[in-house]
This record gives sequence, C-alpha cells and structure tokens, in this order.
Amino acid sequence: MLEMQHVSKVYRTDTVETHALRDFSLLVADGEFVAISGPSGSGKTTFLNIAGLLEELSHGSYRLDGNDVGALGDDARSRIRNEKIGFIFQSFNLIPDLDVFDNVDVPLRYRGFRSDERKQRIEEALEQVGLTSRIRHLPSQLSGGQQQRVAIARALAGQPRFLLADEPTGNLDSEMADSVMALLEGINAAGTTIVMVTHDPELATRAHRIVHVLDGQVREPADHATAAAAPRPAAGLRAG
Amino acid sequence: MIRYYTRLAVLSLRQTPLLTGLMVGTIGVGIGVFMAALTVYYLMANNPISWKSERLYAVQLDSWDPAEPWDDERPELAPWELTWRDAMALRESDLPLRQAAMYKVSIVVQSEREGVKPFQTVARVTDGNFFALFDIPFVYGSAWDRAVDDAGQFQVVISRKMNEELFGGEDSVGRTVRIQDKPFVVAGVTETWNPVPKFYDVNNGPFDDAEEVFVPMGVGRALELYSAGNTNCWKDEEVRTYQQFLESECVWWQYWVELPDVAQRDAYQDYLDQYVSEQKTLGRFPRPLNNQLSNVAEWLDVRRVVRRDNQVLVVLSFLFLGVCLFNTIGLMLTKFLGKAPHIGIRRALGASRAAVFRQQLVEVGAIGVAGGIAGLCLAWLSLAGIRKLFPGYEELAQLDLTLVGTAIAASILTTLVAGLYPVRRVCATAPARYLRLQ
Repeated sequence: MLEMQHVSKVYRTDTVETHALRDFSLLVADGEFVAISGPSGSGKTTFLNIAGLLEELSHGSYRLDGNDVGALGDDARSRIRNEKIGFIFQSFNLIPDLDVFDNVDVPLRYRGFRSDERKQRIEEALEQVGLTSRIRHLPSQLSGGQQQRVAIARALAGQPRFLLADEPTGNLDSEMADSVMALLEGINAAGTTIVMVTHDPELATRAHRIVHVLDGQVREPADHATAAAAPRPAAGLRAG
Repeated sequence: MIRYYTRLAVLSLRQTPLLTGLMVGTIGVGIGVFMAALTVYYLMANNPISWKSERLYAVQLDSWDPAEPWDDERPELAPWELTWRDAMALRESDLPLRQAAMYKVSIVVQSEREGVKPFQTVARVTDGNFFALFDIPFVYGSAWDRAVDDAGQFQVVISRKMNEELFGGEDSVGRTVRIQDKPFVVAGVTETWNPVPKFYDVNNGPFDDAEEVFVPMGVGRALELYSAGNTNCWKDEEVRTYQQFLESECVWWQYWVELPDVAQRDAYQDYLDQYVSEQKTLGRFPRPLNNQLSNVAEWLDVRRVVRRDNQVLVVLSFLFLGVCLFNTIGLMLTKFLGKAPHIGIRRALGASRAAVFRQQLVEVGAIGVAGGIAGLCLAWLSLAGIRKLFPGYEELAQLDLTLVGTAIAASILTTLVAGLYPVRRVCATAPARYLRLQ
C-alpha cells in the first residue's frame, strides 16, 4: 500500500538546514494498522505529511497503492488525497463556520459527487460514528470526542483506502480515547489501511505493528503479539 | 461549485463583520468618489445625437475684429455665432439637406386654460427645419413650413411638458396660446427632448435644459425679440433700433446644417468661402478667410464642453480609488491569512490549489459586489449633493443603468485585482504549514 525508500526531508532557511527525515524507509501492507511512535521532534509528523502528500519529499522515492507519487504535480496530489487518503488530526481540524453535515461534505464536494450521493455518504458516515443526531450542530457545540468522531466521519465519507491519523486521541480523555480507538479498529477491520502517529505506548500496542522513529529515521522494528492478527500478512520494514 | 463557493463566501464574510465592513467600506468610498466624478464627466462628454453626429455641422464665419482674434488663447478660432445678416444669407443656400438658424429668446406665455397665470420662459426662434434636422419626434401635429418662417406667422411648437402645463396634455394642435400678448396657433407638440449637453447652443449654457417653446424665424423680427443668450459685438457702430441691431456686426445666431457626405461638406465649405469673399468686397469680414464647419463631436470638443478640471477630477478620483484598493489589499491579506488554517484543511481533504484559488476569488468578488453597491449609494448621495449645491448640474448629476453597471463591474474588477496577491499568497503555501497552525 505504502512504500517509502530512502526518503529524506530537509527544511532550509537562510542560515539553518534541518533534516526532519533521513534515509527513511518503510513498507506498509494493504490492510495493516501501523503505529508510528517516537519522541517530539523525531519526524513523525513530517513522515505523516509526506505520506499524506501534504508536503514534498527532498530525496528518495514514495509509492502509494503501486504508483510513484513522489514527483506528482499539485492537481494529481490533491486528487489522490481526495480519493485515496483520509486524515484524522489531533486537533480535529474541523472548519468552525460549517456544521457537522457541511464539514463531512468538504472532501465530497471536491470529488464531484452529485448532491444526493453526497447526502447519502454523509449520513452513512455519521451513522457509523454515531452522530446522526448532531448533523446540524456546529463544532463548537460538540464535545472533543464528538468532534473527533466528525473528523473520522469526514475521513470515512470518501471511502479512502488509506487512513492517516496524527495523535487521534491526543486531546481526549481516556474514555473518549478508547471509544475512538475502537472506532479505528473497526474501520481497519473493514479493510482500510491505517497509519497512526502516537506518543502513547498503550495505544500503540493496539496496532498490528509499531514503528519507532528517532531523529528522522526508523530505528527498530517492534512487532508485538497483535501483529499476528493483521488482516493482511507480510508487512515489511526496512531500517534506514 | 460556484453556488457552493458563494455560500462559503457569504459565511466567511459574516464571520468577520468588522473586517468585512472595513473592506466593503474602503472599496465603497473609492468607487463612490470615482463614480461621482465619472458620472459628471460621462454626461459632459456625451454625444446626444451620436447617430447623426457626422452629418450635422455647426457653421462659423470669422466676421470678427481685424485688430484682435475672437479668442486670444486660440486665435485660429472664428466666433461661435453669426450675425443676423449672415444667418439670413446662408438660409438662401440649397446645398445643405437641412439647415436651421436659431437664437434664444425670453418670452411671456399666457394660457387660455383657467387658473394658469402668465409666466416667463425661454424659447427658441428658429426655422421649421430645426425639428427634422435634430430628429425631434412629435406627439401631435408637426413643424411649420418655410412660408410660415418667412411670413413670420404666429405659429408655435411646444414641448410635451409645456402642452401638459398649457392644455392639460390634450391634442392642442390648432388651439391658441398667447405669447408676448399675441395669439399663436399651436402647430405641433414635440416628444420630450432634452439633449445633454445642449449641443446646438453650448454658448448659452451647455447643460441648460432645452427650450419648451419654439417660434418661427419671422416672429423674432416681427416682435423685435432680442437675444436672451450671449451677444458679442466688436465694431463701433450705432445700435439704437432693432433694425440697427439686426444689421450690426454683433454675433448672436447659431447655425446648423446637415451635409450627408464629404462631397457635400466640401461643396458647402467652398460656398461659405465664396460667400465671405463676396462680403469682403463689400467691406465686411476684415480678417483672413477662416470659415469653419465642425460636426457635433468636433464642436463639443472645440467648445471644451468637458472642462479640463473635470478631466483632472476623474484622474484624481481614479488615483484615490487606487489608494483605497491598496488599503484593501492589506485588509484582505489579514482576512485570508487568518483563514489560512481552513484553507489548509480543505487542501488536505483534496482541494487543489486551483480550486482554493477559485473559492477565494469568489469571496473577493462578493466583497467587490458589496463594495460596488456601497459605492453606488455613496455616488448617489454625492450626486444629490452636487445637484443641490450647483444649479445647472441637474442633468449631469444623474446615474443611469450604464453607470450603475459600470460601478459594479469596476468594483468587482478592481477588487479582484486587489485580491490577487493575498489569494495567491495563501494558495501558494503548502497545506501542511497551515495545518500545523491549527
């Protein structure tokens, strides 16, 4: 599903050059649930941005769903983000002016779906996260957990094959975090590949596989018991 | 998507009412000031008979003082008007398709209608051809003919408005109205006709209203009606009686001819030169031969109907609009950078740079429309003030549909230009940068 080979990302200013990723290689198989862990500043978010085609890599190669996406133009990257990738952010990233329905509608608008199809997908996604009763609420009228569920519904509405989650439970209490994780596990069980960045070792263990990132590099493989339960085998990992 | 973008634009603008108000207000002030100046200029520069402008010519003969030109600043110009003698002589030519001599008079009108008191008004002494020459339509009746002109019969053509006043709007052809205490028979009633500028007599107030009463040529002489417009004399000659006034070198007649093509124009120019040459042998026209024919556009230009200070005002108001737009760029930058995280989210969810660009442009366009409407209100108020403060500007300080459309279009266009930089700047940044800001 996702294959990064010797990827590096360098941020440059006039005086400073920062290597956010160095020779970063990772293979994520179709249907896997991978947790990316590591301390702050280790490069987890940079990896997620590159994986989500939100940033361009400096060197190396990146294949997504069998296609080389490392050197695509803005339109093609946007189309892939829209059709194949779903995002879940720590801070939910809902648009505060729009109600729940319209927030979930955003990616579908850019997909060019007709009005009736969009409506059906939105309602199904909100039903999946248990928020049909909040359809005309603004984000400010929802709890943190509910907002994250809206974000998940937004990610699911386009039926992406690949879900990227950046600390999805970081702003939630443990009960809410548990329910969001259960939701993600259910989504993964339905066949969606998930890559989740997290600080929380306990949450990481709920993934099939944990990848430790330090100083912009994959440091060690960290298979654990649940890896055996992965729906698709052969999740490869290559240290940089 | 345009409906979606429009909804988002309205939502976004309502979210920041202060900033939106500042942007709309700034553009509105710029557009309002610009439109007020442009409206006056546009109406001043209007050619009210453009479809016939190339065929109608004002006639000038240089019968002026040998010691100094008619216009010290532009010595090449001949007097704007003709003497009575020359006007009468030119009327004998059959070269023009149509022609009319004319001058402005002040008269007293008495209605046969009960309750209407006698009143003073301006009228025009002219040929019956005047109406066909300038394509003036009639509601009732028609113009008088040449025989009426020559005989000085007491006939009159009145405007629709005057007909309302004198006869309550009924068909008044054949009825009588008293002018200068003489009974005049109504020959015709014209449709409302008020060209701006009043091209056929710019010498006596280019933005005055057209006359409501027209009387035949011979009436002027019969009733000894002096000109109520400008009369300019240069020669030291005795002018005690009306007849002496007619035979003087004073200029006070406007003269227009219709010459359908260049050949006829050239032939008429030759005719004028020949006429003046003959007059020179009689001791008149002491200055070098300088007879001029100007079509309507040339006439309005040479008469400087649009004053230079009005042109300067338009340029200054345009510069002021530029300053307003420059300020708007700053406000838009604040607005769009403030919304950048939302744009980052949309980009992450699949909006291309082009899609976000279009969305932002629709928002800029919405600001432009609102600014245009605000500008129109301001322009309307400014023009109302001009009408109140400056008599004679009533016809000039009016917004028409063309100007309303121009204001909205100018506002949208200029706002889009101002919005390009902020929009491009927001769209050019990688979405991940704004997501970090969330």
